[in-house]
Amino acid sequence: MTPFEFLLQQGINAISIGSLYALMAVGLAMVFGILRLINFAHGDLIMVGSYTTVLLMGVGVPFEWAAIAGIAASTITGLVMERVTYRPLRGAPDVAMLLTSFAVTIFLENLAIILFSPTSRPFFLPGVLNPVLEFGHLYISGLNIIAIIISVILLVFLTLFVTRTEAGISMRAASQDLVAARLMGINVNYVIATAFAIGSFLAGIVGILWSARVGKIDPLMGFYPVLKAFVASVIGGLGSIPGAVLGGYTLGILEILLQGFLPPVLTPFRDAFVFIILIILLIFRPNGILGSSERDKI
Amino acid sequence: MKMLKLEQVKVYYGHVQVLKGLSLEVEKGELVSLLGANGAGKSTTLMTISGILHPTSGHIYYEGQDISQLDAKDIVHLGIVHCPEGRRIFGGLTVLENLRMGAVCRKDKSRFQIDLDEIYSLFPILRERRKQMSSTLSGGEQQMLAIGRALIAQPRLLMLDEPSLGLAPIIVQGIFKVIRQLHEKGITILLVEQNARQALTVADRCYVMETGNIVLNGSSAELGANPEIEKIYLGQAPEAGKL
Repeated sequence: MTPFEFLLQQGINAISIGSLYALMAVGLAMVFGILRLINFAHGDLIMVGSYTTVLLMGVGVPFEWAAIAGIAASTITGLVMERVTYRPLRGAPDVAMLLTSFAVTIFLENLAIILFSPTSRPFFLPGVLNPVLEFGHLYISGLNIIAIIISVILLVFLTLFVTRTEAGISMRAASQDLVAARLMGINVNYVIATAFAIGSFLAGIVGILWSARVGKIDPLMGFYPVLKAFVASVIGGLGSIPGAVLGGYTLGILEILLQGFLPPVLTPFRDAFVFIILIILLIFRPNGILGSSERDKI
Repeated sequence: MKMLKLEQVKVYYGHVQVLKGLSLEVEKGELVSLLGANGAGKSTTLMTISGILHPTSGHIYYEGQDISQLDAKDIVHLGIVHCPEGRRIFGGLTVLENLRMGAVCRKDKSRFQIDLDEIYSLFPILRERRKQMSSTLSGGEQQMLAIGRALIAQPRLLMLDEPSLGLAPIIVQGIFKVIRQLHEKGITILLVEQNARQALTVADRCYVMETGNIVLNGSSAELGANPEIEKIYLGQAPEAGKL
Protein backbone atom coordinates (compact mmCIF):
# COMPACT_ATOMS: atom_id res chain seq x y z
CA MET A 1 0.00 0.00 0.00
CA THR A 2 1.41 3.38 -0.94
CA PRO A 3 1.46 6.15 1.68
CA PHE A 4 -1.22 7.94 -0.30
CA GLU A 5 -3.52 4.92 -0.27
CA PHE A 6 -2.91 4.46 3.44
CA LEU A 7 -3.80 8.09 4.07
CA LEU A 8 -6.94 7.84 1.93
CA GLN A 9 -8.12 4.71 3.69
CA GLN A 10 -7.51 6.18 7.13
CA GLY A 11 -9.03 9.48 6.05
CA ILE A 12 -12.28 7.84 5.00
CA ASN A 13 -12.33 5.90 8.25
CA ALA A 14 -11.76 9.11 10.23
CA ILE A 15 -14.49 11.04 8.44
CA SER A 16 -16.90 8.16 8.83
CA ILE A 17 -16.43 7.82 12.59
CA GLY A 18 -16.33 11.63 12.86
CA SER A 19 -19.72 11.79 11.12
CA LEU A 20 -21.27 9.59 13.78
CA TYR A 21 -19.76 11.69 16.57
CA ALA A 22 -20.99 14.83 14.82
CA LEU A 23 -24.57 13.58 14.53
CA MET A 24 -24.60 12.58 18.20
CA ALA A 25 -22.96 15.84 19.29
CA VAL A 26 -25.55 17.88 17.36
CA GLY A 27 -28.30 16.26 19.44
CA LEU A 28 -26.48 17.12 22.66
CA ALA A 29 -25.75 20.65 21.46
CA MET A 30 -29.34 21.49 20.51
CA VAL A 31 -30.62 20.50 23.94
CA PHE A 32 -27.71 22.07 25.83
CA GLY A 33 -28.09 25.30 23.88
CA ILE A 34 -31.62 25.86 25.14
CA LEU A 35 -31.79 24.10 28.50
CA ARG A 36 -28.13 24.16 29.69
CA LEU A 37 -28.59 20.43 30.12
CA ILE A 38 -26.00 17.85 29.13
CA ASN A 39 -28.37 15.00 28.45
CA PHE A 40 -26.28 11.93 29.19
CA ALA A 41 -29.35 9.78 28.54
CA HIS A 42 -28.91 10.76 24.88
CA GLY A 43 -26.68 7.69 24.45
CA ASP A 44 -29.45 5.35 25.55
CA LEU A 45 -31.57 6.50 22.63
CA ILE A 46 -29.01 4.69 20.47
CA MET A 47 -29.62 1.55 22.49
CA VAL A 48 -33.42 1.85 22.23
CA GLY A 49 -33.25 2.27 18.46
CA SER A 50 -30.79 -0.57 17.92
CA TYR A 51 -32.69 -3.02 20.11
CA THR A 52 -35.94 -2.20 18.36
CA THR A 53 -34.28 -2.84 15.00
CA VAL A 54 -32.65 -6.11 16.07
CA LEU A 55 -35.74 -7.48 17.79
CA LEU A 56 -37.94 -6.69 14.79
CA MET A 57 -35.45 -8.29 12.41
CA GLY A 58 -35.47 -11.29 14.75
CA VAL A 59 -39.18 -11.81 14.08
CA GLY A 60 -38.67 -11.55 10.35
CA VAL A 61 -39.27 -7.87 9.62
CA PRO A 62 -37.07 -6.79 6.69
CA PHE A 63 -34.10 -4.59 7.59
CA GLU A 64 -35.45 -1.37 6.02
CA TRP A 65 -38.69 -1.47 8.01
CA ALA A 66 -36.96 -2.58 11.20
CA ALA A 67 -34.51 0.31 10.87
CA ILE A 68 -37.30 2.84 10.31
CA ALA A 69 -39.12 1.47 13.36
CA GLY A 70 -35.88 1.67 15.36
CA ILE A 71 -35.35 5.32 14.41
CA ALA A 72 -38.98 6.05 15.27
CA ALA A 73 -38.54 4.31 18.64
CA SER A 74 -35.52 6.51 19.43
CA THR A 75 -37.41 9.65 18.47
CA ILE A 76 -40.46 8.76 20.55
CA THR A 77 -38.31 7.79 23.54
CA GLY A 78 -36.53 11.15 23.33
CA LEU A 79 -39.83 13.04 23.24
CA VAL A 80 -41.26 11.06 26.14
CA MET A 81 -38.03 11.60 28.09
CA GLU A 82 -38.36 15.37 27.68
CA ARG A 83 -42.05 15.45 28.55
CA VAL A 84 -41.87 13.15 31.58
CA THR A 85 -38.53 13.95 33.18
CA TYR A 86 -37.13 17.29 32.03
CA ARG A 87 -40.21 19.45 31.50
CA PRO A 88 -41.38 19.22 35.13
CA LEU A 89 -37.90 20.47 36.10
CA ARG A 90 -38.10 23.62 33.99
CA GLY A 91 -36.62 26.44 36.04
CA ALA A 92 -34.84 24.08 38.45
CA PRO A 93 -31.06 24.48 38.91
CA ASP A 94 -28.98 23.07 36.06
CA VAL A 95 -27.48 20.44 38.33
CA ALA A 96 -30.94 19.00 39.05
CA MET A 97 -31.44 18.36 35.33
CA LEU A 98 -27.95 16.88 34.99
CA LEU A 99 -28.62 14.45 37.85
CA THR A 100 -31.97 13.60 36.29
CA SER A 101 -30.22 12.70 33.06
CA PHE A 102 -28.09 10.21 35.00
CA ALA A 103 -31.24 8.82 36.60
CA VAL A 104 -32.86 8.40 33.18
CA THR A 105 -29.72 6.64 31.94
CA ILE A 106 -29.67 4.22 34.88
CA PHE A 107 -33.38 3.57 34.47
CA LEU A 108 -33.26 2.87 30.72
CA GLU A 109 -30.12 0.74 30.91
CA ASN A 110 -31.43 -1.41 33.75
CA LEU A 111 -34.80 -1.72 32.08
CA ALA A 112 -32.99 -3.02 29.01
CA ILE A 113 -30.95 -5.45 31.13
CA ILE A 114 -34.13 -6.83 32.70
CA LEU A 115 -36.03 -7.04 29.42
CA PHE A 116 -33.28 -8.20 27.07
CA SER A 117 -30.59 -9.69 29.41
CA PRO A 118 -27.16 -8.09 29.84
CA THR A 119 -25.48 -10.26 27.18
CA SER A 120 -24.78 -8.73 23.82
CA ARG A 121 -26.55 -9.71 20.62
CA PRO A 122 -25.17 -9.70 17.11
CA PHE A 123 -26.24 -6.95 14.74
CA PHE A 124 -26.26 -8.03 11.09
CA LEU A 125 -26.43 -5.55 8.30
CA PRO A 126 -27.67 -7.00 4.99
CA GLY A 127 -24.65 -7.66 2.74
CA VAL A 128 -25.80 -5.22 0.05
CA LEU A 129 -25.43 -2.40 2.55
CA ASN A 130 -21.96 -3.41 3.57
CA PRO A 131 -19.92 -4.18 0.48
CA VAL A 132 -16.16 -4.03 0.62
CA LEU A 133 -15.01 -1.77 -2.17
CA GLU A 134 -11.67 -2.70 -3.63
CA PHE A 135 -9.46 -0.22 -5.47
CA GLY A 136 -6.11 -1.88 -6.12
CA HIS A 137 -4.57 -2.35 -2.71
CA LEU A 138 -7.22 -0.17 -1.15
CA TYR A 139 -10.09 -1.76 0.77
CA ILE A 140 -12.86 0.55 1.77
CA SER A 141 -15.83 -0.56 3.81
CA GLY A 142 -19.07 0.40 2.11
CA LEU A 143 -20.52 1.11 5.52
CA ASN A 144 -18.05 3.96 5.98
CA ILE A 145 -19.14 5.51 2.71
CA ILE A 146 -22.80 5.08 3.60
CA ALA A 147 -22.23 6.70 7.02
CA ILE A 148 -20.50 9.67 5.38
CA ILE A 149 -23.21 10.15 2.74
CA ILE A 150 -26.08 9.86 5.22
CA SER A 151 -24.40 12.26 7.64
CA VAL A 152 -23.70 14.85 4.98
CA ILE A 153 -27.32 14.70 3.79
CA LEU A 154 -28.62 15.02 7.34
CA LEU A 155 -26.27 17.90 8.17
CA VAL A 156 -27.34 19.77 5.01
CA PHE A 157 -31.00 19.37 5.98
CA LEU A 158 -30.21 20.40 9.54
CA THR A 159 -28.42 23.53 8.32
CA LEU A 160 -31.36 24.44 6.10
CA PHE A 161 -33.69 23.87 9.03
CA VAL A 162 -31.85 26.11 11.49
CA THR A 163 -31.15 28.90 9.02
CA ARG A 164 -34.25 28.96 6.79
CA THR A 165 -37.28 27.87 8.77
CA GLU A 166 -39.05 29.84 11.45
CA ALA A 167 -38.90 26.87 13.83
CA GLY A 168 -35.17 26.54 13.28
CA ILE A 169 -34.42 30.22 13.77
CA SER A 170 -36.63 30.17 16.88
CA MET A 171 -34.51 27.33 18.21
CA ARG A 172 -31.33 29.35 17.78
CA ALA A 173 -33.03 32.41 19.30
CA ALA A 174 -34.18 30.38 22.31
CA SER A 175 -30.67 29.07 22.83
CA GLN A 176 -29.29 32.61 22.92
CA ASP A 177 -31.84 34.23 25.19
CA LEU A 178 -34.72 32.18 26.49
CA VAL A 179 -36.51 35.12 28.12
CA ALA A 180 -36.24 37.32 25.03
CA ALA A 181 -37.54 34.40 22.96
CA ARG A 182 -40.58 34.12 25.21
CA LEU A 183 -41.13 37.88 24.95
CA MET A 184 -41.33 37.45 21.18
CA GLY A 185 -44.13 34.93 21.59
CA ILE A 186 -42.00 31.90 20.78
CA ASN A 187 -43.54 28.73 22.21
CA VAL A 188 -40.59 27.47 24.22
CA ASN A 189 -42.13 24.08 25.01
CA TYR A 190 -42.60 23.44 21.33
CA VAL A 191 -39.05 24.54 20.52
CA ILE A 192 -37.57 22.29 23.22
CA ALA A 193 -39.66 19.32 22.12
CA THR A 194 -38.49 19.90 18.54
CA ALA A 195 -34.87 19.96 19.68
CA PHE A 196 -35.35 16.65 21.49
CA ALA A 197 -37.18 15.14 18.52
CA ILE A 198 -34.45 16.07 16.04
CA GLY A 199 -31.64 15.01 18.38
CA SER A 200 -33.32 11.68 19.10
CA PHE A 201 -34.04 11.06 15.42
CA LEU A 202 -30.35 11.61 14.67
CA ALA A 203 -29.42 9.32 17.59
CA GLY A 204 -31.66 6.62 16.14
CA ILE A 205 -29.83 6.81 12.81
CA VAL A 206 -26.44 6.86 14.54
CA GLY A 207 -27.58 3.82 16.53
CA ILE A 208 -28.01 1.73 13.42
CA LEU A 209 -24.78 2.90 11.80
CA TRP A 210 -22.91 2.46 15.06
CA SER A 211 -24.28 -1.04 15.70
CA ALA A 212 -23.46 -2.05 12.16
CA ARG A 213 -19.92 -0.83 12.68
CA VAL A 214 -19.44 -2.61 16.00
CA GLY A 215 -21.42 -5.70 14.92
CA LYS A 216 -23.17 -6.19 18.25
CA ILE A 217 -25.49 -4.45 20.65
CA ASP A 218 -25.89 -4.53 24.43
CA PRO A 219 -27.84 -2.55 27.04
CA LEU A 220 -24.88 -0.33 27.94
CA MET A 221 -23.85 0.38 24.34
CA GLY A 222 -24.90 4.06 24.57
CA PHE A 223 -22.24 5.06 27.07
CA TYR A 224 -19.26 5.18 24.73
CA PRO A 225 -20.96 7.18 21.93
CA VAL A 226 -22.48 9.75 24.29
CA LEU A 227 -19.12 10.24 25.99
CA LYS A 228 -17.47 10.79 22.61
CA ALA A 229 -20.25 13.13 21.56
CA PHE A 230 -19.82 15.08 24.78
CA VAL A 231 -16.08 15.42 24.14
CA ALA A 232 -16.82 16.46 20.56
CA SER A 233 -19.20 19.18 21.66
CA VAL A 234 -16.74 20.44 24.25
CA ILE A 235 -14.07 20.64 21.54
CA GLY A 236 -16.39 22.55 19.21
CA GLY A 237 -18.01 24.71 21.88
CA LEU A 238 -20.89 23.46 24.03
CA GLY A 239 -24.28 24.43 22.72
CA SER A 240 -23.11 25.44 19.26
CA ILE A 241 -24.45 23.29 16.42
CA PRO A 242 -21.65 24.12 13.95
CA GLY A 243 -19.26 23.58 16.87
CA ALA A 244 -20.72 20.12 17.49
CA VAL A 245 -20.20 19.15 13.85
CA LEU A 246 -16.68 20.54 13.78
CA GLY A 247 -15.89 18.88 17.11
CA GLY A 248 -17.24 15.53 15.91
CA TYR A 249 -15.06 15.49 12.82
CA THR A 250 -12.05 16.82 14.75
CA LEU A 251 -12.40 14.03 17.29
CA GLY A 252 -12.81 11.36 14.59
CA ILE A 253 -9.73 12.57 12.74
CA LEU A 254 -7.68 12.86 15.95
CA GLU A 255 -8.54 9.32 16.99
CA ILE A 256 -7.68 7.79 13.65
CA LEU A 257 -4.49 9.84 13.34
CA LEU A 258 -3.32 8.69 16.74
CA GLN A 259 -4.37 5.12 15.95
CA GLY A 260 -2.36 5.22 12.74
CA PHE A 261 0.75 7.06 13.85
CA LEU A 262 1.27 6.22 17.52
CA PRO A 263 3.91 3.53 18.06
CA PRO A 264 2.16 0.16 18.55
CA VAL A 265 3.06 0.02 22.25
CA LEU A 266 1.07 3.19 22.84
CA THR A 267 -2.04 2.53 20.72
CA PRO A 268 -4.02 1.01 23.63
CA PHE A 269 -3.68 4.41 25.29
CA ARG A 270 -5.07 6.26 22.29
CA ASP A 271 -7.97 7.81 24.19
CA ALA A 272 -5.59 9.12 26.85
CA PHE A 273 -3.70 11.01 24.13
CA VAL A 274 -6.99 12.30 22.71
CA PHE A 275 -7.87 13.70 26.12
CA ILE A 276 -4.42 15.26 26.56
CA ILE A 277 -4.93 17.11 23.29
CA LEU A 278 -8.40 18.12 24.48
CA ILE A 279 -6.97 19.53 27.72
CA ILE A 280 -4.34 21.49 25.80
CA LEU A 281 -7.04 22.84 23.49
CA LEU A 282 -9.19 23.90 26.43
CA ILE A 283 -6.28 25.78 27.99
CA PHE A 284 -6.11 27.99 24.90
CA ARG A 285 -9.80 27.99 23.97
CA PRO A 286 -11.74 27.37 27.21
CA ASN A 287 -15.06 27.68 25.37
CA GLY A 288 -14.15 25.34 22.54
CA ILE A 289 -13.19 26.19 18.99
CA LEU A 290 -16.43 27.99 18.08
CA GLY A 291 -17.75 28.66 21.57
CA SER A 292 -18.42 32.22 22.58
CA SER A 293 -17.61 33.44 26.04
CA GLU A 294 -20.26 36.16 25.87
CA ARG A 295 -23.02 34.07 27.36
CA ASP A 296 -21.18 33.31 30.56
CA LYS A 297 -20.35 36.95 31.10
CA ILE A 298 -23.99 37.94 31.35
CA MET B 1 -62.43 50.66 29.96
CA LYS B 2 -58.74 51.11 30.68
CA MET B 3 -56.48 49.37 28.21
CA LEU B 4 -54.16 48.14 30.96
CA LYS B 5 -54.88 48.08 34.64
CA LEU B 6 -52.71 46.72 37.45
CA GLU B 7 -54.48 46.22 40.74
CA GLN B 8 -52.55 45.68 43.97
CA VAL B 9 -49.91 43.54 42.22
CA LYS B 10 -47.44 41.77 44.51
CA VAL B 11 -44.42 39.94 43.10
CA TYR B 12 -41.72 38.02 44.89
CA TYR B 13 -38.26 36.89 43.79
CA GLY B 14 -37.87 33.93 46.13
CA HIS B 15 -38.54 35.48 49.54
CA VAL B 16 -37.83 39.04 48.49
CA GLN B 17 -40.90 41.11 47.74
CA VAL B 18 -40.17 43.28 44.72
CA LEU B 19 -43.62 44.69 43.99
CA LYS B 20 -45.62 45.60 47.07
CA GLY B 21 -49.15 46.03 45.85
CA LEU B 22 -48.59 48.15 42.79
CA SER B 23 -51.49 49.71 40.91
CA LEU B 24 -51.38 51.65 37.68
CA GLU B 25 -53.45 52.29 34.59
CA VAL B 26 -52.84 53.03 30.95
CA GLU B 27 -55.51 54.41 28.63
CA LYS B 28 -55.66 53.48 24.97
CA GLY B 29 -53.44 55.78 22.92
CA GLU B 30 -51.56 57.14 25.90
CA LEU B 31 -47.83 57.33 26.39
CA VAL B 32 -47.26 56.61 30.05
CA SER B 33 -43.84 56.68 31.63
CA LEU B 34 -42.70 54.76 34.69
CA LEU B 35 -39.88 56.56 36.45
CA GLY B 36 -37.76 55.65 39.41
CA ALA B 37 -34.32 54.84 40.67
CA ASN B 38 -32.38 51.67 40.02
CA GLY B 39 -33.98 48.76 41.87
CA ALA B 40 -37.37 50.40 42.34
CA GLY B 41 -39.05 47.53 40.50
CA LYS B 42 -39.72 49.13 37.11
CA SER B 43 -38.37 46.26 35.03
CA THR B 44 -40.07 43.74 37.32
CA THR B 45 -43.35 45.52 36.64
CA LEU B 46 -42.89 45.08 32.89
CA MET B 47 -41.74 41.47 33.25
CA THR B 48 -44.88 40.77 35.27
CA ILE B 49 -47.17 42.39 32.71
CA SER B 50 -45.56 40.36 29.93
CA GLY B 51 -45.98 37.07 31.79
CA ILE B 52 -42.35 36.20 32.49
CA LEU B 53 -43.14 36.70 36.19
CA HIS B 54 -46.50 36.11 37.80
CA PRO B 55 -48.03 38.05 40.70
CA THR B 56 -48.63 36.15 43.93
CA SER B 57 -51.63 38.37 44.52
CA GLY B 58 -53.38 41.17 42.69
CA HIS B 59 -54.58 41.31 39.11
CA ILE B 60 -53.52 42.59 35.73
CA TYR B 61 -56.33 43.43 33.33
CA TYR B 62 -55.84 44.01 29.63
CA GLU B 63 -58.98 45.31 27.93
CA GLY B 64 -61.00 43.82 30.74
CA GLN B 65 -59.40 40.36 30.58
CA ASP B 66 -57.40 39.12 33.58
CA ILE B 67 -53.99 38.23 32.14
CA SER B 68 -52.05 37.88 35.38
CA GLN B 69 -51.56 34.12 35.06
CA LEU B 70 -51.23 33.86 31.27
CA ASP B 71 -48.03 32.57 29.70
CA ALA B 72 -45.71 35.07 28.01
CA LYS B 73 -46.43 33.80 24.49
CA ASP B 74 -50.20 34.21 24.95
CA ILE B 75 -49.71 37.77 26.16
CA VAL B 76 -47.72 38.62 23.03
CA HIS B 77 -50.58 37.21 20.98
CA LEU B 78 -52.94 39.65 22.72
CA GLY B 79 -50.83 42.54 21.40
CA ILE B 80 -48.70 43.44 24.43
CA VAL B 81 -45.11 43.51 23.23
CA HIS B 82 -42.21 44.07 25.59
CA CYS B 83 -38.89 45.44 24.38
CA PRO B 84 -36.70 44.45 27.33
CA GLU B 85 -33.99 46.30 29.20
CA GLY B 86 -30.51 45.83 27.77
CA ARG B 87 -32.05 45.26 24.32
CA ARG B 88 -31.60 41.47 24.46
CA ILE B 89 -31.43 41.06 20.72
CA PHE B 90 -30.34 37.63 19.49
CA GLY B 91 -26.66 38.33 18.88
CA GLY B 92 -26.00 35.12 16.93
CA LEU B 93 -28.82 35.83 14.51
CA THR B 94 -28.66 38.25 11.60
CA VAL B 95 -30.61 41.49 11.70
CA LEU B 96 -33.24 40.05 9.36
CA GLU B 97 -33.53 36.85 11.42
CA ASN B 98 -34.07 38.94 14.55
CA LEU B 99 -36.87 40.78 12.80
CA ARG B 100 -38.37 37.47 11.69
CA MET B 101 -38.46 36.42 15.33
CA GLY B 102 -40.58 39.48 16.01
CA ALA B 103 -43.12 38.09 13.54
CA VAL B 104 -43.39 34.63 15.13
CA CYS B 105 -46.58 35.61 16.92
CA ARG B 106 -48.28 36.92 13.76
CA LYS B 107 -50.98 35.08 11.92
CA ASP B 108 -50.83 37.14 8.70
CA LYS B 109 -47.32 36.31 7.53
CA SER B 110 -48.16 37.74 4.10
CA ARG B 111 -47.97 41.29 5.40
CA PHE B 112 -44.53 40.66 6.91
CA GLN B 113 -42.69 42.14 3.93
CA ILE B 114 -44.78 45.33 3.98
CA ASP B 115 -44.20 45.86 7.68
CA LEU B 116 -40.55 45.01 7.24
CA ASP B 117 -40.25 47.83 4.69
CA GLU B 118 -41.91 50.14 7.19
CA ILE B 119 -39.36 49.22 9.88
CA TYR B 120 -36.58 49.75 7.36
CA SER B 121 -37.88 53.22 6.51
CA LEU B 122 -38.03 54.02 10.23
CA PHE B 123 -34.47 52.72 10.74
CA PRO B 124 -32.71 52.74 7.34
CA ILE B 125 -29.50 51.42 8.88
CA LEU B 126 -31.23 48.10 9.59
CA ARG B 127 -31.92 47.55 5.88
CA GLU B 128 -28.25 48.16 5.16
CA ARG B 129 -27.18 45.67 7.82
CA ARG B 130 -29.95 43.12 7.41
CA LYS B 131 -27.56 40.26 6.58
CA GLN B 132 -25.09 41.19 9.31
CA MET B 133 -24.75 39.27 12.57
CA SER B 134 -26.56 41.51 15.02
CA SER B 135 -23.85 41.18 17.67
CA THR B 136 -21.69 43.31 15.36
CA LEU B 137 -24.09 46.27 15.51
CA SER B 138 -23.33 49.34 17.59
CA GLY B 139 -25.33 49.96 20.78
CA GLY B 140 -27.64 52.43 19.08
CA GLU B 141 -28.24 50.12 16.14
CA GLN B 142 -28.97 47.25 18.51
CA GLN B 143 -31.57 49.40 20.25
CA MET B 144 -33.14 50.23 16.88
CA LEU B 145 -33.19 46.51 16.09
CA ALA B 146 -34.80 45.73 19.46
CA ILE B 147 -37.51 48.33 18.82
CA GLY B 148 -37.94 47.13 15.23
CA ARG B 149 -38.25 43.54 16.40
CA ALA B 150 -40.95 44.58 18.88
CA LEU B 151 -42.80 46.64 16.26
CA ILE B 152 -42.99 43.83 13.75
CA ALA B 153 -44.99 41.91 16.35
CA GLN B 154 -47.74 44.52 15.74
CA PRO B 155 -48.05 45.79 19.30
CA ARG B 156 -51.23 47.46 20.48
CA LEU B 157 -49.45 48.15 23.76
CA LEU B 158 -45.70 48.59 23.41
CA MET B 159 -43.58 48.40 26.56
CA LEU B 160 -40.11 49.89 26.26
CA ASP B 161 -37.63 49.29 29.07
CA GLU B 162 -34.84 51.88 29.25
CA PRO B 163 -34.40 52.41 25.52
CA SER B 164 -31.83 55.15 26.20
CA LEU B 165 -29.62 53.00 28.43
CA GLY B 166 -25.94 53.37 27.64
CA LEU B 167 -26.42 55.33 24.43
CA ALA B 168 -24.77 58.56 23.34
CA PRO B 169 -26.96 61.69 23.73
CA ILE B 170 -27.34 62.17 19.98
CA ILE B 171 -28.59 58.58 19.60
CA VAL B 172 -30.94 59.02 22.55
CA GLN B 173 -32.48 62.01 20.76
CA GLY B 174 -33.08 59.82 17.71
CA ILE B 175 -34.66 57.03 19.74
CA PHE B 176 -37.00 59.45 21.51
CA LYS B 177 -37.96 60.97 18.18
CA VAL B 178 -39.05 57.51 17.04
CA ILE B 179 -40.96 56.93 20.29
CA ARG B 180 -42.83 60.19 19.68
CA GLN B 181 -43.63 59.11 16.09
CA LEU B 182 -44.97 55.75 17.27
CA HIS B 183 -47.13 57.51 19.84
CA GLU B 184 -48.49 59.83 17.15
CA LYS B 185 -49.33 56.78 15.03
CA GLY B 186 -51.62 55.69 17.85
CA ILE B 187 -49.61 52.95 19.53
CA THR B 188 -50.15 52.89 23.27
CA ILE B 189 -46.77 53.00 24.99
CA LEU B 190 -45.60 52.20 28.51
CA LEU B 191 -42.08 53.58 28.82
CA VAL B 192 -39.71 52.75 31.64
CA GLU B 193 -36.93 55.30 32.02
CA GLN B 194 -34.24 56.41 34.40
CA ASN B 195 -33.68 59.38 32.17
CA ALA B 196 -36.57 61.29 33.74
CA ARG B 197 -35.95 64.54 31.89
CA GLN B 198 -36.28 62.82 28.51
CA ALA B 199 -39.26 60.76 29.62
CA LEU B 200 -41.14 63.82 30.87
CA THR B 201 -40.78 65.49 27.47
CA VAL B 202 -42.53 62.65 25.58
CA ALA B 203 -44.97 61.17 28.11
CA ASP B 204 -48.59 62.23 28.66
CA ARG B 205 -48.54 60.95 32.21
CA CYS B 206 -45.92 59.55 34.57
CA TYR B 207 -45.78 57.25 37.54
CA VAL B 208 -42.86 57.45 39.95
CA MET B 209 -41.82 54.22 41.65
CA GLU B 210 -39.88 53.69 44.84
CA THR B 211 -39.05 50.23 46.26
CA GLY B 212 -41.96 48.36 44.78
CA ASN B 213 -44.67 50.98 44.98
CA ILE B 214 -45.99 54.00 43.13
CA VAL B 215 -45.21 57.09 45.21
CA LEU B 216 -46.30 59.82 42.82
CA ASN B 217 -48.27 60.16 39.64
CA GLY B 218 -49.62 62.86 37.46
CA SER B 219 -49.33 64.53 34.08
CA SER B 220 -45.85 65.22 32.80
CA ALA B 221 -46.44 68.94 33.23
CA GLU B 222 -47.39 68.55 36.89
CA LEU B 223 -44.51 66.25 37.69
CA GLY B 224 -42.02 68.37 35.78
CA ALA B 225 -43.00 71.32 37.96
CA ASN B 226 -42.87 69.30 41.19
CA PRO B 227 -39.85 70.51 43.18
CA GLU B 228 -39.34 67.09 44.74
CA ILE B 229 -39.01 65.44 41.33
CA GLU B 230 -36.74 68.25 40.31
CA LYS B 231 -34.52 67.52 43.29
CA ILE B 232 -34.49 63.73 43.17
CA TYR B 233 -34.63 62.89 39.48
CA LEU B 234 -33.61 65.94 37.55
CA GLY B 235 -30.96 67.37 39.81
CA GLN B 236 -28.32 64.97 38.55
CA ALA B 237 -26.40 65.26 35.32
CA PRO B 238 -29.17 64.97 32.74
CA GLU B 239 -27.65 62.28 30.52
CA ALA B 240 -26.19 60.09 33.27
CA GLY B 241 -27.07 56.52 32.49
CA LYS B 242 -27.37 53.74 35.00
CA LEU B 243 -24.32 53.72 37.24
